[in-house]
Amino acid sequence: MAPVFDYAPAPESRSVVDIAPSYGLFIDGEFTEAAGGKVFKTVSPSSEEVLSEVAEASEEDVDRAVRAARKAFEKWSALPGSERAKYLFRIARIIQERSRELAVLETLDNGKPIRETRDADLPLVAAHFFYYAGWADKLEHAGYGANPRPLGVAGQVIPWNFPLLMLAWKIAPALATGNTVVLKPAETTPLSALFFADICRQAGLPKGVVNIVTGDGRAGAALVAHPDVNKVAFTGSTAVGKEIARTVAGTRKKLTLELGGKGANIVFDDAPIDQAVEGIVNGIFFNQGQVCCAGSRLLVQESIHDELLDSLKRRLSTLRLGDPLDKNTDIGAINSAEQLARITALAEQGEAEGAERWSPACELPESGYWFAPTLFTNVTQAHTIARDEIFGPVLSVLTFRTPDEAVAKANNTPYGLSAGIWTEKGSRILAVAIKLRAGVIWSNTFNKFDPTSPFGGYKESGFGREGGRHGLEAYLDV
Amino acid sequence: MSDKPEKTEKTDKSERTERLSVFKTYKLYVGGKFPRSESGRVYEVTDAKGKWLANAPQSSRKDARDAVVAARKAFGAWSGATAYNRGQILYRIAEMLEGRRDQYVREVGEAEGLSRSKAAAQVDAAIDRWVWYAGWTDKIAQVVGGGNPVAGPFFNLSSPEPTGVVAVLAPQESSFLGLVSVVAPVVATGNTAVVIASEKAPLPALSLGEVLATSDLPGGVVNILSGRTAEIAAPLAAHQDVNAIDLAGADEVLAKELEIAAADNLKRVLRPQPVDDWTAAPGTERMTAFLETKTVWHPTGSLGASGSSY
Repeated sequence: MAPVFDYAPAPESRSVVDIAPSYGLFIDGEFTEAAGGKVFKTVSPSSEEVLSEVAEASEEDVDRAVRAARKAFEKWSALPGSERAKYLFRIARIIQERSRELAVLETLDNGKPIRETRDADLPLVAAHFFYYAGWADKLEHAGYGANPRPLGVAGQVIPWNFPLLMLAWKIAPALATGNTVVLKPAETTPLSALFFADICRQAGLPKGVVNIVTGDGRAGAALVAHPDVNKVAFTGSTAVGKEIARTVAGTRKKLTLELGGKGANIVFDDAPIDQAVEGIVNGIFFNQGQVCCAGSRLLVQESIHDELLDSLKRRLSTLRLGDPLDKNTDIGAINSAEQLARITALAEQGEAEGAERWSPACELPESGYWFAPTLFTNVTQAHTIARDEIFGPVLSVLTFRTPDEAVAKANNTPYGLSAGIWTEKGSRILAVAIKLRAGVIWSNTFNKFDPTSPFGGYKESGFGREGGRHGLEAYLDV
Repeated sequence: MSDKPEKTEKTDKSERTERLSVFKTYKLYVGGKFPRSESGRVYEVTDAKGKWLANAPQSSRKDARDAVVAARKAFGAWSGATAYNRGQILYRIAEMLEGRRDQYVREVGEAEGLSRSKAAAQVDAAIDRWVWYAGWTDKIAQVVGGGNPVAGPFFNLSSPEPTGVVAVLAPQESSFLGLVSVVAPVVATGNTAVVIASEKAPLPALSLGEVLATSDLPGGVVNILSGRTAEIAAPLAAHQDVNAIDLAGADEVLAKELEIAAADNLKRVLRPQPVDDWTAAPGTERMTAFLETKTVWHPTGSLGASGSSY
């Protein structure tokens, strides 16, 4: 199909963000070099341009950060909630003020489209701080007893798919409840966390309340294993989540895990097709499918399979892949060469196992890490691409005949994070939702997030909830 | 801005005349505008020692009815705004107040005969109170609402909703902190308010209108009237388009009279409660007093070979 419109390039200006050539660790309110002086480079996934050099934290640095957090804990936890609230409100406001800068930064370091960082990530980040700021002086109303206490020092390890949003999900509730934190951002996306350190400085946050240690998995492992950490919060892969669960076994550390998913997006024959197609696209191609709650398994009622697939393919042909800073871009870059290799390998396995692969005509840029939107039909439940989390823009399409079959197939996974239901019938939505073993069910919509709404998984998608009143529990001694 | 005169003018001290200050005309705040009373009446407001401060508008019954119209008109959009949006706006009010802190410290000090530091404590607590209620907008539903496990195949969810237009008799003694403490919880949850300021100390309340007008709060959400409390409250308590009334600023006799009038359309009535210390942390009662609970049922159906049963 020939495109109806040609789009002129509409790049967002990079001049709004000023990236320093190097960054240290943020410990006890100061940027410092790593003890061993080691650094690593962070690149822009869309161009492979080196953006900055970042300190690589050693075990010694992690220890220093935990000590700083411990030292800060006494005063921070003793502050009246209303004063902690005001610090968090300040942070929320500064994030709002600097949101364009942070959106451009995030797009540069992560590779996701500016449309998403500007319209989804950053507004949600600010809203999350705003929401938990309000809880800081209302904890006795949250249903955890008259005087719920913080845990102490929280060690938090976050992924690269929503760097600043995951930071907000971790730091906002931790600080609101009176904990201090040591946060390790992902190796490939450290910059927005380091900019956040500067926001803490602007907000006048006491030293040591927030510490940022950059590095790879070893720094994360050291943080999780540190004996003076009281709380571990991790978002990332199920494999690493299990490793962390083993590490904290036998300790008194409180643990919450937000892990992988293989979300089913179930479309019944009475669903409004156009809306469902938009929801399916949003479900698996938002953030290049690098979303733990992605709707990566499409379950279509057999009677509408062909009609839906026609519409879906037509819609995929209009998606625009390219420069993430371009305001018209729908699909940005894959975050890293490593992730691209994993997606590529799984897609090849899908073909090898007999599923039918399809992608729209799509020109990939020459430099950077790119993967065309892809869907597989003729997928069975035994196929690897129907079982393993791909974490990329790859949709596996399966069919069903009855609601019972849809539920059985949707639940046929070790994961249980999200699911979608598309039907005009309210009672069917609720009947199916009740049967699904997943923590978040979207009906006639997908990938909706709100700071007031708890998020988290069943089964091997982890435990604990982030967001809402429920999200406080992870950081309270209850 | 500097108070210091420029050096060149400083030649001879005896020639300097003290600059004459500009008085503010205090006006009502109704529907986002600053009208005088339609009656043309004013009354003399003095400080604690009896020194003249200003002539405040003495609102009439008609002013009260106009304010109800403005509050009703604003209710749809305000109650329909997201809780997050309302929270942002309430927080903005705190930001704007912080910037005019000195003005309110002076006004509260004069109105209540307080030392500068005691007046400052009142103003600081009032600013923090807006912050406290800013945080409540998107949390009250999670504290007082929730799913109900009915014994049947039904989804059943109870949610709080604002009751509508609330008439608020602000406390007589605490002209600013008391006022904020009764107004903020009413509007935080999505109600709109017609507020009668403290009769003898209305100036901080009338000045609050200037902050509300520049805080992204839609016009009509808060309407502020000054005058004789009993005179303005009577038509509000009897008004058929007012849904609730907070009697904080009424004495025992007036409160009973107004509660009887309010029964005519079964207004929700919050009776005056003795408050020794307005700086004490509030609970949720001032919000829940002006909330309705709406419960929605929906069948959950059942799965089967033929699909849902309903």
